[in-house]
Amino acid sequence: MSTRPTTTYWIGFCVVQALLIAAPLALPEFWRRFLTEVLIWGLLAMSSDLLIGYTGMVSFGHSAFFGLGMYGAAAALLLVSPPNLWLAMGLGLIGAAAIALFVAYFSTRLRDIYFAITTLIFSQIFYVIIFTWTSVTGGENGLIFSRPPLSIPFLFSMRFTGTTLHWFVLAVVTASYLILRRVTQSPFGMVLQSIRENEARTRAIGYPVERYKIVAVMLSGLFAGLAGVLYAIQNQFAAPDFVYFLTSGDTVIFNVMGGIGTLVGPIVGAGAFQLLRELLSRLFGDQFPYLIPLGFVFILIIIFLPQGLLGFARRWLNR
Amino acid sequence: MDAVAQLFQSIPVDQILIQTINGIVTGMILALVASGLTLIFGIMEVVNFAHGELFMLGAYIGVLVLAGTGSFWIALVVASLMVALFGAALQIVTLRPLLGRDPLTTILATFGTSLILQNYALWQFGPVARKIQEPITSHFHLFYLEYPWYRLLIAVLSGAIIGAFWLFLKFGKFGIWIRATTQDRVMAQAMGIPVPWVHTATFAIGAGMAAASGVLFGPLVGVNHTMGLDWVLKAFIVVVVGGMGNLGGSILAAIFISLLEAYASIWVSPAQAIIVSFIALILTLLFRPTGLFVPTPK
Amino acid sequence: MSTTASLHSDPLVLVEDLHTHYGKSHILHGVSLKVGRGEVVGLLGRNGVGKSTTLKTIMGLVRPSAGTVELEGRSVTGLPAHKLARLGIGYVPEDRRIFRLLTVMENLRIGFDRHGVTEARKQALLEKVFAFFPVLAERRHQPGGTLSGGEQQMLAIARAMMLEPKIILLDEPTEGLMPRMVSQIRQIIASLHRDGVAILLVEQNVPLTLEASERVYIMEKGSVRHACAASELGVNDPVIRQYLGV
Repeated sequence: MSTRPTTTYWIGFCVVQALLIAAPLALPEFWRRFLTEVLIWGLLAMSSDLLIGYTGMVSFGHSAFFGLGMYGAAAALLLVSPPNLWLAMGLGLIGAAAIALFVAYFSTRLRDIYFAITTLIFSQIFYVIIFTWTSVTGGENGLIFSRPPLSIPFLFSMRFTGTTLHWFVLAVVTASYLILRRVTQSPFGMVLQSIRENEARTRAIGYPVERYKIVAVMLSGLFAGLAGVLYAIQNQFAAPDFVYFLTSGDTVIFNVMGGIGTLVGPIVGAGAFQLLRELLSRLFGDQFPYLIPLGFVFILIIIFLPQGLLGFARRWLNR
Repeated sequence: MDAVAQLFQSIPVDQILIQTINGIVTGMILALVASGLTLIFGIMEVVNFAHGELFMLGAYIGVLVLAGTGSFWIALVVASLMVALFGAALQIVTLRPLLGRDPLTTILATFGTSLILQNYALWQFGPVARKIQEPITSHFHLFYLEYPWYRLLIAVLSGAIIGAFWLFLKFGKFGIWIRATTQDRVMAQAMGIPVPWVHTATFAIGAGMAAASGVLFGPLVGVNHTMGLDWVLKAFIVVVVGGMGNLGGSILAAIFISLLEAYASIWVSPAQAIIVSFIALILTLLFRPTGLFVPTPK
Repeated sequence: MSTTASLHSDPLVLVEDLHTHYGKSHILHGVSLKVGRGEVVGLLGRNGVGKSTTLKTIMGLVRPSAGTVELEGRSVTGLPAHKLARLGIGYVPEDRRIFRLLTVMENLRIGFDRHGVTEARKQALLEKVFAFFPVLAERRHQPGGTLSGGEQQMLAIARAMMLEPKIILLDEPTEGLMPRMVSQIRQIIASLHRDGVAILLVEQNVPLTLEASERVYIMEKGSVRHACAASELGVNDPVIRQYLGV
C-alpha cells in the first residue's frame, strides 16, 4: 500500500472530520444514530482489516471479540455502581484481549483456510457459551443496563446526549484509526504485509511469523472489543446475536466492499452497506430481504472489483 | 463390591445404547454432508461456505416435490439432481472467475452465496418450518422407546450413497480423473484431463450429496432457512478433525463426533452437547492438526 | 530421417518470439525455435535460463505474455494444457510427477482413456509400452509412489506415450538417475525417434544431448543464443563452454 501524498491526505482527513463533527447538529435523530452506528461498525471492520488486508488472514472470529467487548462493558456497568465509563471500557478491552489471545494461540499456526474456519468455530463456541450460560449472561435475552456518564474522576461528570455520545464515539474511532494507521506503517506493520505477500519467504528471512500473527490477532481483537464497548454504551444492551458468526460475516462484507488493506475502506464499506440496507427497506418495505441484492453486489465486487469500492473510486479519480 | 454395583447402576446402559444408535444415524448424515465438503476442498481448495445452504435447498425442494408427487423417493432423487445442477452452475458463475486468485476469495464468494440462498429461502418460504413426511413411519421397540425405523433407513441410505461414491472414485474413468486432479492438478491437465470440468463436476457431486442429506434429514427436524447453519459448522469441524481432503477421515470423524455429542446429550442439553465437538476440534488442533484419523505424515 | 528434410517441410512445432512473465519477472525474452516431424531437438543451457519454462509454455501450462506457438501450422497459443495433450503434445516434467497414489495401470489409463480409442488400440498401446518398459508390466498394480526413481521416470514417459503424441517434451529425464539408467534413457529416446515421435529434449547432460539430438538450441537468460546441427558441436566446443561452462 503506497502512502498517499501527505498534504492532500490530511486536508481530506480534516474535511471528513469536520463533516462528522458537524453532522449530529444538522441531522435528525434517526440519521444521527445511524451515523454513530456506522462509525462503530466501521471500527469493527477496521480492526478486521488489520488481519484481512494487512496480514492476509481472513478471520470470522470478530463477532467473539466484539461480543466480549460488549459483555465485558455490560458486566462493568451492571456490577459496579455508579456505572463507570472507563471501567466499562477497561473490562471490555480485557475481555476481548483475553479471548483474542486464546483464539490466536490456537489458530495462528494454521494455514489461511484452516485459520478462517477455526476462528469461525471459536466464535460459535463463545456464542453457545453465552447463549446457554443464562445465569451469567442472561442467555437469549441478553443484558440491559444504563448508559454511564462521561466522567473524569474529581473533575466533572456529564450525562451523554445523543450528540455528545456521537462526538465521543467519533473521538474514539478517530483515535483508533490514527493508531492503527501508525501501526500499519511501522516496521511491525511492514512485516505483517510481508507475511501477507509471502509468508514462507518472511519466515525464511528469519521473522518469528507466529508471534507476529498472534500480536496482529490481539490488536485486531482489542479494537473489535472496543467497538463492542461503544456499541454497548450506545444501545445500552448486550445480546448473544452479535456473537453469532454472522456478525463476523457482516464485518468481512464491509471489508471487502470498502476495500481491504486501506483502513478507511472498511468504514466506507460499513457505511455503504448500512445505507443500501436502509434505502432498500425504505423502497421495498421492512420485509424485503435486503441481503439478497447485497449478497449479489458482494459477489460481484469480489469478482470484478477486488480492490473494493474505495479502490474503484481511487482508480476512477486517477484517470 | 457395592461401590462397583452402584457405579454400574448409575450408568444408564439403555440410554447409552439408544444414543449410540442416534449417534451413528446422525453421524452417517453428517458424513454424507462432510464428504461433499472435503471432496470440494481436496480437489479445488475451495472452502464451500454455501454447503449448508445446498443442504437446506435440497430439503426445501424435497418438500415441494413431495407435496407435488406424494413420493419421498422421487423427492430425494429430484432434489439431489436439481441441486447438483445448481451447484455446477454456481461453480461456473462464481468460482471459475476466481481461479488462480487468492484462495481466500473463494471463501468470501461462497459466503456471499450462502447469505443469498439463506435469505432467498426465508423470503420464499417464510420463517415457519416445513415438514417432510418420512416414507416409513413404523417403529420398533428399543428398551422403553418406540424407535423409528426411518432413522435406521437414513443411516443405511447415507452409507449406500457414500459407498457408491467410493466405488465410483476407485474404478471408472471419471473416478480416476478426480483422484488424479486431486493429487496433481497441473499434471492432470498435461495428461489431457479437462480439469475445469472435473472441478465443476466435483462441485456438482458435492452439492448433490448435500441435498440428499437435506432430504433424508428433513423428516427428523423442521425444514427451515437456518437449518444449513448448524450443519455447516458441524461439517467444518468434522472436516478439520478428519483431515481436510481426506474422505475416509471425514466419515470416521463424522461418526466419532456424532457419537460424542449423542453421549453428551444424556447429561447436558443438546445446545451444550455441541461443546463436546468443539473440544474434539481443539484437541485435534493442538495435537494432530492434520487430522485425528490421518496417519501422521512422515 | 535427414535433418534437412525436416527443416524444409512444415515444422511440427513452431515457437516464435515467446515472452513470459511471472509476476513482475520477465522470464522468457523472445524465444524462437522449431521442431520438425519426428525430429529430436536438444535444448541446452545453464540452470534458470528458462528451458523448463519454454517447455511449460509450449504445453500450455504457462500463458505467454507475447509470441506464438504453432502446432502443425495451427496457432495453439494460449490453449489450456488439456487441449494440447489431446492435440498430440506429451509432457514429461522435471521430477517426473507421476500420480503417486494411483497404480501404474491407472497412471497409464489416463492417457488412453480418450475419445475414439478402441479397446483393441488400447490393448496394443499397453503392450507396446510394456514392451518398452517390462518393469512397468511387472508392477502394474502397484501405486506409483512405491516405484524407484528410475522406474518412475519410465512411468512418466510411458504415460505420455499413451497419448500417442506427435511430440514429447522431455524435461531433464536423466536428472538424479544412475549411469546405467542414463543409457536406458538414451535407448528410449532412440526408440521413440524410430517410432516417428518428435522430441524436444531439455537436458543438463551435454554428451547425451549431442548424441541423441539432430539439432540443438542453446539458451541463455531467457532467449535462444545459438542454433546448429548437433554434429557441428563437440563436447569441448568453445560454444558449449561459453554457454554451459562454469
